[in-house]
Amino acid sequence: MSVPYSGVRRGLQDWLPRLVLAPSFALVLIFVYGFIVWTAVLSMSKSRILPVYKWAGFDAYERLFSQPNWYMALKNLAIFGSLYITVCIALGLFLAILLDQKIRIEGVLRPIYLYPMALSFVVTGTAWKWFLNPGMGLQNTVRGWGFETFTFDWLVRPDMAIYTVAIAGIWQASGFVMAMFLAGLRGIDSEMLKAATVDGASTFTIYRRIVIPLLRPAFLSAVIVLAHMAIKSYDLVIALTGGGPGNATELPSTFMYSYTFTRSQMAVGSASAMIMLMGIAAIMVPYLYSELREDKR
Amino acid sequence: MRRFLLAGAAISAMATSTALAEESVEVLHWWTSGGEAAALGVLKENLAAKGVAWKDMPVAGGSGVQAMTALRARVTAGDPPTAVQMLGFDIKDWAEMGVLGNLDDLATEQGWDKVVPAALQDFSKFDGHWIAAPVNVHSTNWLWINKVALDKAGGKPPENIDEFFAMLDNFKEQGITPLAHGGQPWQDGTLWEALVLSEGGMDFYKKAVIEADPAALSGDTMRKVFDDLTKLRGYFDDSFSGRDWNLSSAMVIEGKAGAQQMGDWAKGEFLRAGKKPGADFVCIRFPGTQGDVLFNSDQFVMFDLGDAEKRDAQLKMAAAVEDPAFQVAFNTVKGSVPARTDVPDTEFDDCGKKGMKDLAEAATSGTLAGSLAHGHAQPSAVKEAIFDVVTQQLNGQITTDEALKRLPEAVAAAK
Repeated sequence: MSVPYSGVRRGLQDWLPRLVLAPSFALVLIFVYGFIVWTAVLSMSKSRILPVYKWAGFDAYERLFSQPNWYMALKNLAIFGSLYITVCIALGLFLAILLDQKIRIEGVLRPIYLYPMALSFVVTGTAWKWFLNPGMGLQNTVRGWGFETFTFDWLVRPDMAIYTVAIAGIWQASGFVMAMFLAGLRGIDSEMLKAATVDGASTFTIYRRIVIPLLRPAFLSAVIVLAHMAIKSYDLVIALTGGGPGNATELPSTFMYSYTFTRSQMAVGSASAMIMLMGIAAIMVPYLYSELREDKR
Repeated sequence: MRRFLLAGAAISAMATSTALAEESVEVLHWWTSGGEAAALGVLKENLAAKGVAWKDMPVAGGSGVQAMTALRARVTAGDPPTAVQMLGFDIKDWAEMGVLGNLDDLATEQGWDKVVPAALQDFSKFDGHWIAAPVNVHSTNWLWINKVALDKAGGKPPENIDEFFAMLDNFKEQGITPLAHGGQPWQDGTLWEALVLSEGGMDFYKKAVIEADPAALSGDTMRKVFDDLTKLRGYFDDSFSGRDWNLSSAMVIEGKAGAQQMGDWAKGEFLRAGKKPGADFVCIRFPGTQGDVLFNSDQFVMFDLGDAEKRDAQLKMAAAVEDPAFQVAFNTVKGSVPARTDVPDTEFDDCGKKGMKDLAEAATSGTLAGSLAHGHAQPSAVKEAIFDVVTQQLNGQITTDEALKRLPEAVAAAK
């Protein structure tokens, strides 16, 4: 009697994980990988206003790379992405180290730095739009205090506007990065630091040689989170500058949306989405591969 | 359980029977602001009197970009709404898809051919068949001037570009922002098309914009247009980038700015602020464009739903849209003028009367053309390609020489 029972039980134990995972696996298969394939198909079709399935080869990709807008978007992504990732990490690490000095009001300061992350990008974008608007924001206020020549009009200058997007994005995300590093710092064995102090290492050396190398997993997480946030930034740009002045703050994401949905060039929009996907894959896959393989060793 | 099922069946049976008893139209539109919604209320009541219920599907967002995105989703899902508010080339694009219904019978019965201007019919008809019921005609080549500022500058509205610049110089001396402008691509495009019309006249506009002739797009007249644009840029305030058009109108209303170039929907802002045309503000055609009208027209298209009952409701709605009483009630609120030229102008204010007179004259003399910036001259891909060049030139990202070189290239690449 006990033999068939345990057989059923073992069978269930074998199947349960698969059963539980099956719905989410199916959903991911359809809504992530299925739609990637669909986008790839659209990018090789003649789709303009609605999806049509007439083969057009690489026509959409040729059109894409003949658009000055697209190069503008790529250039802006390079500027925005590199500033966003490096400054967020530098600032987040710096704040985390300062907060880790066993100060008394840490419990008050930590949420203050974290709160911007609780705002949506639209709120951040709109608030910074008002703050940076030369007619009513910072410039106007400082001039009102009597500094008549004070000028801060990056928001309306085509050559500087992309940096205002970076400023707003960094303001929002650096507190979050700080929390990630703070968690990493708390996980470091204090005995190791004591030993280093006994050996006569200076604080700076301890951080440079011991603490920061030990934070490597936190760096990996931060880069992954920030990189995908940089590439998918859409709402921040739309709320802050609307892609302007001119097309000075166009990003691949805004390019993709406008070509697909408002310019009736669905094939070109899909092609840009495929290029974005390839870009992410080209950066992330080797990075993840090398990092995860080292973890196993 | 069984009783519950029975009750459910009874309820669903009741729901079906009420649906059968009353026809309904589901209408996708973006007229969500107070005045526009009130104007639509007139249409709803007219239809209710004929036993047609109104299912509202508003998708907010000026120029209907969001509404068109919503429509795409509905049509792709195989469930199009009954009637959709639509503009210009969007109508042609959808007609090409072969998904729109035919309104020929109703149009013949009511004689739409005679009362709707021919330039409008280009968009209401596809392959010679009526597919849309035009609601109104907006026109874009207007200039709105603050009366106080104008009086200080001599009181005479400018009639050509030189007088326009002289007036703006005077506004500058008065210490106000001479020209209120919002730096969004479609607004830059609206200003650009008014300048094209002013510098080159209607023939040049048709050649450069509607035919997209490469020589006209890069010629000397176009150079003058871009030079004017650069010059006008000097009359904007610092924070014009990305500003919505109604905030620019507010600057003129409050006297912080002297003038604004904008379509006739701006009038609604002035009227809502309690301003009187002629007394508080002056409406003129953009300097150098009197006699020419660039239009855009809201129309209702009816999707082909393959159901006789729904089609009957659609025809009732189309008839109600073309009802002269509705045309007056709607357009007096909206700031536009009726799509039918046989509607009396007694209910309209001075700017509305001028708009109706200009439209009728332009329709007979052939100086009525579709507005590029509002989707009545080129498909959206070409329109946006022109916007790209214009907005970059206006913002100083590219020089005039580059703009003249890039304009024909951008148009060719978007086709």
